[in-house]
Amino acid sequence: MMNADQREAASQPVFAAEREAVFQARAITKVYRMGEVEVHALRGVDLDLFAGELVVLLGPSGSGKSTLLNILGGLDVPTSGTVHYRDHDLSKFDDSALTRYRREHVGFVFQFYNLIPSLTARENVALITRIAEHPMKPDEALALVGLSERADHYPSQMSGGEQQRVAIARAIAKRPEVLLCDEPTGALDVQTGVLVLEAIRRINVEIGTTVAVITHNAVIADMADRVISLLDGHIASVRINSAKLSPKELAW
Amino acid sequence: MDPFNVKLWRDLWRMRGQALAIILVIASGVATYVMALCTLESLKRAQAEYYEQYRFAEVFAHAKRAPQALEARIAAIPGIAQVQTRVVANVKVQMPGLTEPATAKLISAPEPLRSALNQLHVRKGRYLEPGARDEAIVSEGFAEVHGLAPGDRVQVIMNGRLRELVMVGIAVSPEFIYQIREGDILPDDRRFGVFWMNRDDLASAFDLDGAFNDVACTLMPGAAETEVLRQLDLLTQPYGGTGTVGRADQSSNKFVMNELQELRGMAVIVPTIFLGISAFLLHMVISRLIGLEREQIAALKAFGYTRYEVGWHYVKLVLLFVVLGSVLGTVVGAYFGELVSGLYRHFFRFVALRFYLDPRVVLSAVAVTAGAAIVGTLATVWRAAALPPAEAMRPEPPATFGPSVMERFGLQRLLPESVRMILRQLERRPVKSLLTCLGIALAIAALILGSFSLDAIDYAIDAQYVAAMREDLNVLFTEPSSNRALHSLERLRGVRLCEPFRAVAARIGHGHAERRVEILGLSAEAELHRLMDIDCHKVPLPAEGVVLSEKLGEVLGVQVGDQVQVEILEGQRPRVELPVVGLVNDFAGTAVYMRRDALNRLMREADVISGAFVAADAGALDELYGELKNAPRVAAVSIKGAAIQSFRETIAENILRMRSFIVLFAGVIAVGVVYNSASISLAERGRELATLRVIGFSRAEVSLLLLGELVLLTLAAIPVGMLLGYGLAGLVIRFSYDTELFRLPLVINRSTYGFAVAVTLAAALGSALAVRRMLDRLDLVAVLKTKE
Repeated sequence: MMNADQREAASQPVFAAEREAVFQARAITKVYRMGEVEVHALRGVDLDLFAGELVVLLGPSGSGKSTLLNILGGLDVPTSGTVHYRDHDLSKFDDSALTRYRREHVGFVFQFYNLIPSLTARENVALITRIAEHPMKPDEALALVGLSERADHYPSQMSGGEQQRVAIARAIAKRPEVLLCDEPTGALDVQTGVLVLEAIRRINVEIGTTVAVITHNAVIADMADRVISLLDGHIASVRINSAKLSPKELAW
Repeated sequence: MDPFNVKLWRDLWRMRGQALAIILVIASGVATYVMALCTLESLKRAQAEYYEQYRFAEVFAHAKRAPQALEARIAAIPGIAQVQTRVVANVKVQMPGLTEPATAKLISAPEPLRSALNQLHVRKGRYLEPGARDEAIVSEGFAEVHGLAPGDRVQVIMNGRLRELVMVGIAVSPEFIYQIREGDILPDDRRFGVFWMNRDDLASAFDLDGAFNDVACTLMPGAAETEVLRQLDLLTQPYGGTGTVGRADQSSNKFVMNELQELRGMAVIVPTIFLGISAFLLHMVISRLIGLEREQIAALKAFGYTRYEVGWHYVKLVLLFVVLGSVLGTVVGAYFGELVSGLYRHFFRFVALRFYLDPRVVLSAVAVTAGAAIVGTLATVWRAAALPPAEAMRPEPPATFGPSVMERFGLQRLLPESVRMILRQLERRPVKSLLTCLGIALAIAALILGSFSLDAIDYAIDAQYVAAMREDLNVLFTEPSSNRALHSLERLRGVRLCEPFRAVAARIGHGHAERRVEILGLSAEAELHRLMDIDCHKVPLPAEGVVLSEKLGEVLGVQVGDQVQVEILEGQRPRVELPVVGLVNDFAGTAVYMRRDALNRLMREADVISGAFVAADAGALDELYGELKNAPRVAAVSIKGAAIQSFRETIAENILRMRSFIVLFAGVIAVGVVYNSASISLAERGRELATLRVIGFSRAEVSLLLLGELVLLTLAAIPVGMLLGYGLAGLVIRFSYDTELFRLPLVINRSTYGFAVAVTLAAALGSALAVRRMLDRLDLVAVLKTKE
């Protein structure tokens, strides 16, 4: 269980004056069945995310961080508790409202990229821009992640890092308000991971997108505004990073 | 281009092997349907147009000799629109090169006017010169078989005098689309033809100047045919009328309609079942194929695509299969339909039989296929989309496995590890296993369905024409004769046994149902022409009463013990009530049997016979034919063996051709199912199988796991498929081969079952080899690296 300080820190804006909360999660729990086992992924989590910040959710596998991210992103619904995205209570959304929410506001980056294998980089991005309201051009998004020259390659022709950067381009091309990244470097080596994180930071800084990154790699936490550690379905600690490092400076 | 559409084409290309199999399955279903239904439609159109343009009559009557003045009285019958009187005679023809006697029907040709009834369409040569003598137009079937050309001469015995006729033209007539001698069941173009001559020529030869002996009429719209027939009967009766027939009972039309009904069975039932099977398979395959896309569907949903958008994407993919399959199926179906229609030209003599590709048929085939495919697609997409995307993107949880039934019975020690894995795999997904099994079974059933009809026809011919009717010839006298005619027949060389019969035209009725039939009077001790039912059991012929074909009993609604009204249409035309004393379950026609002595009594005549069944020595046949040709009292000779042979050469040939097309399509369906089942299994379990390879299983062992499943399912499908095939064949028999003209028993030879099973096993083997090759090329590292 969190102590009172931690509870305060979890809902404490970094830049207290100017930021409003994008997400407000209160007492959320999640139980699901995996085969014949009942898994308690979240056991009562309170969390606020503020506009424009870059938050790292840190925790070992099974700590519930992916579940939390999925609930924030409208990919999953909590078993109990409430999640507010601005004025909307996501926990009350039905499937089509969640779909609309994801479509309009959220960008996702997954550990295994989830690119459509039969489409080129540009086409994978275009798949998303065609349903967004004010999207970037696919090439513009690819330029942001430094992949302009790979636009016509298929996922199978690209390295893991390149695939992940395509996934980031795909996620940000629609100019989402929040970018949710689930272990974006989990399947990558250090140098490649740095490139990917660099792309994420750039989105956060240049476009001002609120970013939440899940990782089990504590090193990455040094690039965050805030680091929220999860353990066994709880928030174990929250740390505000006064001196953020750029991805290149991270000590792996 | 919309990236979704790009994905569509690339996905199609990626799964091209499976896509091809699916498209071929669709094409097979559509092709069978298009081939059969469009052939049926083409025949119906050809018939309707022919009847309309060449003014085929609607009611017919025959008499001995009616004065020309009667024509006006017939025309005055309310409901009659147009009357055409004619002179008709049956004669013997001397064809060089034909040892057996042949007969011809001579008909006075209609005036070459647009208003004439039963107009001829001259294919070659010319029409008759008005007033010319010794000219004739010959029917196309007869001319073709004998190689007759305009200008050729044919010798005919007319009223006892040999005449030589010049064939000036070759023609077809709506009255003889199916050219068959009255009373015969099987056509025989070699020994029966139709000649049209100038009426005066014909009338003077048969002493019918200023008279007629046959009349054809059309009806006014809305006329009551039964009443017209009754009045026409009353008018012709005093002139030796032998009853009237409506178009439905006219022999050519009756056979054409019957063939259309049978074809409808072939054309509607079989292809509909085929189309159903292919739709079912499509549904099954598509469901599993899209099941594999679970993660992509989840990702698309995660990015905010609605399930409708995702669903539509996959529906488009499936519609692409449907469109490609339908186009291919339509083209192939139309091509085979042309071929089949071409075969019909040999025994249905239409003016023109053009293959008509009916858009309604194509559309309905496409609609059924597309419907099944779309339902399968949406159901699967819905299922994949119903999961929260986060869950769908996770690898599926380890499936719940348990000991299989065999193991629960404690038999595990008997089963090697791999067999246990296969059994557990099958049991874990019972629905999938069941559907695959059912799919293979349906392919077997389709193969049986496509090929069983020849078995049934062979059986019917054997039972009816070999076991029951043991005569070789059926000799018909020009007039009812005494036993002396029989004795002179018996004395001919080569005749082994003679059995007299008496045949009279009659109407038989019960309640409102009525049929025109021929009553066959047989001797009590008949040994040649025997009454036998479908199981080859002899049916006794009691001294009194009538024995009916079971089909006739069904049509009239009578049982043994009921009374039927019988009106004889010859002689003094007596009317009596007779008890039904037996029913015989036979294969053809609506026969009525009596004891000959009882029939003679009924006719108030002495010991009179119409003809005889003859058993002859094979070695002396030619000589016997020669004698019969020249015997003045012999009107016609039917040769059983020749008729059967001609039947086999025409109808059976046609069925055989149609069958080979259907078997081809059924084979494609079998391959499509088995191949798809196997390759989808491989895709579903690629990771598991690759893992086994990595931890040290050999290729053979891994193949065994995957293909063992296929083998077990195929083996299980064999008995199911046989049963299904039997059941569906029964349905086809019930709905299409159960007419008043022909009936078929549900007989399926072992070789047919064997053939169906062999084709399916071959398809399974071929698919197994293809999948084995894919398995060998499985990229172990890549499979393990990507998340499923």
